[in-house]
Amino acid sequence: MSKIAIIGAGPAGIESASMLARSHEVLLFEKSSTALSNILDKAYLFPDFSSATDIADSLNSKLINENIKLMLNTEVVDIVRNDSEWKIVDKSGKNYFVDAVLITTGYQTFDATRKEELGYGIYKGVVTSIDMERMIKYNQIVNSINESPKRVVFLQCVGSRDEKSGNRYCSKVCCVTAVKQAIEVRKMLPDAEIYIFYMDLRMWGQHFEELYRESQEKYDIRYVRGRISEASSTFDRKIQIKAEDTLLGVPLKMTTDLLVLMVGMEASAGTKSLGCKCGIEGEYGFIKTATPHLCDNETSEKGLFVAGSCKRPMTINDVINDARSAACLISEYLR
Amino acid sequence: MMNYFSPFVLPFVLGTFVLLGICVFKYIRWYMSFDRVQRSKVKKNILSLKFLPAIWEAILECLFHRKVFRRNLVLGYMHSSIAFGWFLLILVGAIEAEVCIHGSKPFWVAIFYRFFVHEHPTTTSVVFANIMDALLLVVLSGVMLAVIKMVYSKIVGMRRVTKHVLFDRFAKFSLWFIFPLRLLAESYTAAYYGNGGFMTQALGNLFAPIYHEYVEMAFWTMYSICLAVFFVSMPFSRYMHIFTEVFLIFFRRMGVTEGDEKTGYTMYELSACSRCGICIDNCPMDKQLGVQGVQSVYLLRDVRYKRGTEEVANQCLMCQRCSSDCPVGLDLMTIRRQVRTKESALDASGNYSYADNIQAFNSVGRVLYFGGCMSHLTPGITESMIKIFEAVDQNYWYMDKNRTICCGRPLLQQGFLKQAKDLRLKNQSMIIKSKAKLLVTSCPICYQSFTKEYNLPIKVMHHTEYIAGLIKSGRLKLRKDDLKVVYHDPCELGRGCGIYNEPREVLKSVSTLVKAKYEKEKSLCCGFNLGSTVLTMEQQTKVRDAAVESLMDKNPDLIATACPMCKKAFNHATTLQVKDVAEIVAENII
Ligand SMILES: Cc1cc2nc3c(=O)[nH]c(=O)nc-3n(C[C@H](O)[C@H](O)[C@H](O)COP(=O)(O)OP(=O)(O)OC[C@H]3O[C@@H](n4cnc5c(N)ncnc54)[C@H](O)[C@@H]3O)c2cc1C
Ligand code: SF4
Ligand code: SF4
Ligand code: SF4
Ligand code: SF4
Repeated sequence: MSKIAIIGAGPAGIESASMLARSHEVLLFEKSSTALSNILDKAYLFPDFSSATDIADSLNSKLINENIKLMLNTEVVDIVRNDSEWKIVDKSGKNYFVDAVLITTGYQTFDATRKEELGYGIYKGVVTSIDMERMIKYNQIVNSINESPKRVVFLQCVGSRDEKSGNRYCSKVCCVTAVKQAIEVRKMLPDAEIYIFYMDLRMWGQHFEELYRESQEKYDIRYVRGRISEASSTFDRKIQIKAEDTLLGVPLKMTTDLLVLMVGMEASAGTKSLGCKCGIEGEYGFIKTATPHLCDNETSEKGLFVAGSCKRPMTINDVINDARSAACLISEYLR
Repeated sequence: MMNYFSPFVLPFVLGTFVLLGICVFKYIRWYMSFDRVQRSKVKKNILSLKFLPAIWEAILECLFHRKVFRRNLVLGYMHSSIAFGWFLLILVGAIEAEVCIHGSKPFWVAIFYRFFVHEHPTTTSVVFANIMDALLLVVLSGVMLAVIKMVYSKIVGMRRVTKHVLFDRFAKFSLWFIFPLRLLAESYTAAYYGNGGFMTQALGNLFAPIYHEYVEMAFWTMYSICLAVFFVSMPFSRYMHIFTEVFLIFFRRMGVTEGDEKTGYTMYELSACSRCGICIDNCPMDKQLGVQGVQSVYLLRDVRYKRGTEEVANQCLMCQRCSSDCPVGLDLMTIRRQVRTKESALDASGNYSYADNIQAFNSVGRVLYFGGCMSHLTPGITESMIKIFEAVDQNYWYMDKNRTICCGRPLLQQGFLKQAKDLRLKNQSMIIKSKAKLLVTSCPICYQSFTKEYNLPIKVMHHTEYIAGLIKSGRLKLRKDDLKVVYHDPCELGRGCGIYNEPREVLKSVSTLVKAKYEKEKSLCCGFNLGSTVLTMEQQTKVRDAAVESLMDKNPDLIATACPMCKKAFNHATTLQVKDVAEIVAENII
């Protein structure tokens, strides 16, 4: 029986592990203490508001298989080819030898403190979309003085499509996430004013456009086209934002209780460093596949495969499909 | 009286008169087009003793090239051996003629002395001959270095040499040929008359068997022509700096400064540039971006020949590295700004109409705090300053908290002079009305503006100076943690305003300060200076990355800086934390 190493126990890693385990032995490495950390930090998932915990549970149940060895708290730091074999090195220096490797090291969110003008980490009323997921999950949406907010402002494209932060690409998931979160906030705070500041809305996926329309018609979410240039604090510890309404062409000032920054997806630290080590790093630290159309799970190295959001921003269902296709290719490669 | 004439002196004599004529004409014309302020400075100070130190400075800089020596010994030797050596050659030659020839004599005798004087060698004449030989040798060694520098500039510690225009090269070669020709002519005469020094005589002895009167005449004629060619080309080439720098030093000592527009004084500055190219070597536009032809040396040359363009003037970060390197001390930033000056009226008045309604707050006994627009994009800095004011119980008026008016410097840097002035006047009247005695700002750009471009009756401090004062007087108590911190000198605060020590003192009291690879005057620009609006993001990030790398030399835990622009620039370039000095202080208040 051949041995496969899968690096990263996110949706991509777990789905491909469960498929490959039917006829192979799988070592699944995960650097954190739990699998699916990038799912469990969310409350409900677009497009259908399924509970993130439920999705995580069903994914986790796929790991109950004697051919899968899940190694938590094991960060992979190097992948080296040894003829037809691959050597995996973990942080403690331990080596593992396998016949094929699948990288599924995923993404991390943009560090919002890097855009200091938006005040994250300085003013309590400024939060990220991840903080917002937590607030929704525990039904505790509060402003800086722990009161229920009267106004909530979402700001799109924080750390994406932004030359200054060095990320010119679109993160794909945050537009619809803002719409989703705005609806959830509306359900919890029926009287609050809710605004979304956007550059343009990218409702590309199935049900996304419908969700957007519903958010306006049914949930009274207001949309303003414009970028917020800076945030500051007022004497009563609200957040004052300066922006330009680019549809009306006027500068605009607004105070709000909460400013939610829709942080983008960046290559995770593991993706960046393993990509560099294996010589397969692509733009912005994501991993470069062999060709974009026909060999999108292969790399320039034989026996080294990739799947999921370590390649580019993706939604969960894209990730799952991608993981399955990688599993097929690996089975074929090992046959 | 002996006949001290030979036809070969004619080119030299003619050349000398042409040179003097043109120089006098130019210098007078330039002086006539000084602006009102500049002329009143000259009138006021011409009879004071203010320019006495200028004599010493002129000797040190124009002859000895002290600042070039400081930069590189070999380069300094090259410059001063030619300048000082030649000067002494003329001076000692004149003394020799004075001592050895009694009675009246034409002025060119000193230059062609060996040709005209060769009777009865005396002790005096032998001593002089040897001194003159030694001086000529020194000059020749300088010329040798200059030739080597042309092909291998590393010998004088330069990465690159200036790309000269054809005419300059022509003038340069005529200069270089003067000295070997003089050597040949003198040696040839020594071959026959035995009146040479150790070098010319030795060479002359070699020539003795082939001596011919016509050849001797030919050498002296070539020497004279070469001098003449150099003299005539001098006022139009870079060698105009030789005399002009002296005048410039005197004017500067009288308090004359560059104004908003190009005047006769600018012509003095432009002509005082020797095109030595020292300003190219460390210019980020060249060093990091490989953009050539835009550095100060080229801009000045273009402007002098009336070919200055805004495109070239715009290709610059205004990082002031060249100004601090320039051995002539030219006001390169202002000259560049003059070329950037926009005639077209950008109507900014409407943008700031809201400022009319801002009332000055009576701030007797308070500190005036001006964050600056850039600090509004780094609220960590302004919040820290507020924390510090509160920690020392200092009442303050945060002047630009809600409604900011820019200090005007970014507009000024881009050449929008009138618009910048409008902003300055608005701010100035608010500051005066507030009746405060001290203005503290967090932005080095504003700081430079307030101290140099405004005329404020109150003290202005950058927050690092203010905090250093608080620590010294014991008002602010801090705890020291064991983080290794490296400090980045912002261009505007360091080279711009000379503030290098206060931030370091403050950092030393809260952390362990480690050194960067390039510090103080030599610090690298962060690339996001507001001086440029035409650089692309890629170019800016390249400049920035070089700066970050130089900071990593000693593996610091944290990068400290004192400018919101630098902070923002570095934040996206490293995983290390980047903090303003004020933030580190605020975190460590006991
Ligand atoms: C704010 C936000 C909201 C979102 N909401 C939705 C939604 O509602 N619906 C939806 O479909 N998608 C959503 N997404 C996208 C979704 O999170 C991703 O598509 C999905 O998590 C990607 O899965 P992955 O397996 O590729 O990577 P990840 O989930 O990032 O998993 C990668 C795993 O690899 C591990 N790892 C990294 N490096 C190493 C290493 N060196 N050694 C060992 N282990 C390592 C990590 O710890 C991590 O567990 C959202 C994304 C964001 C940012
Ligand atoms: S998905 Fe929307 S919010 Fe996210 S980067 Fe793209 S455009 Fe911006
Ligand atoms: S500007 Fe200064 S440094 Fe540059 S070439 Fe001229 S004299 Fe030299
Ligand atoms: S200011 Fe800086 S960028 Fe501009 S010419 Fe001088 S050294 Fe170069
Ligand atoms: S110089 Fe910069 S930071 Fe200072 S006030 Fe002007 S724009 Fe703002």
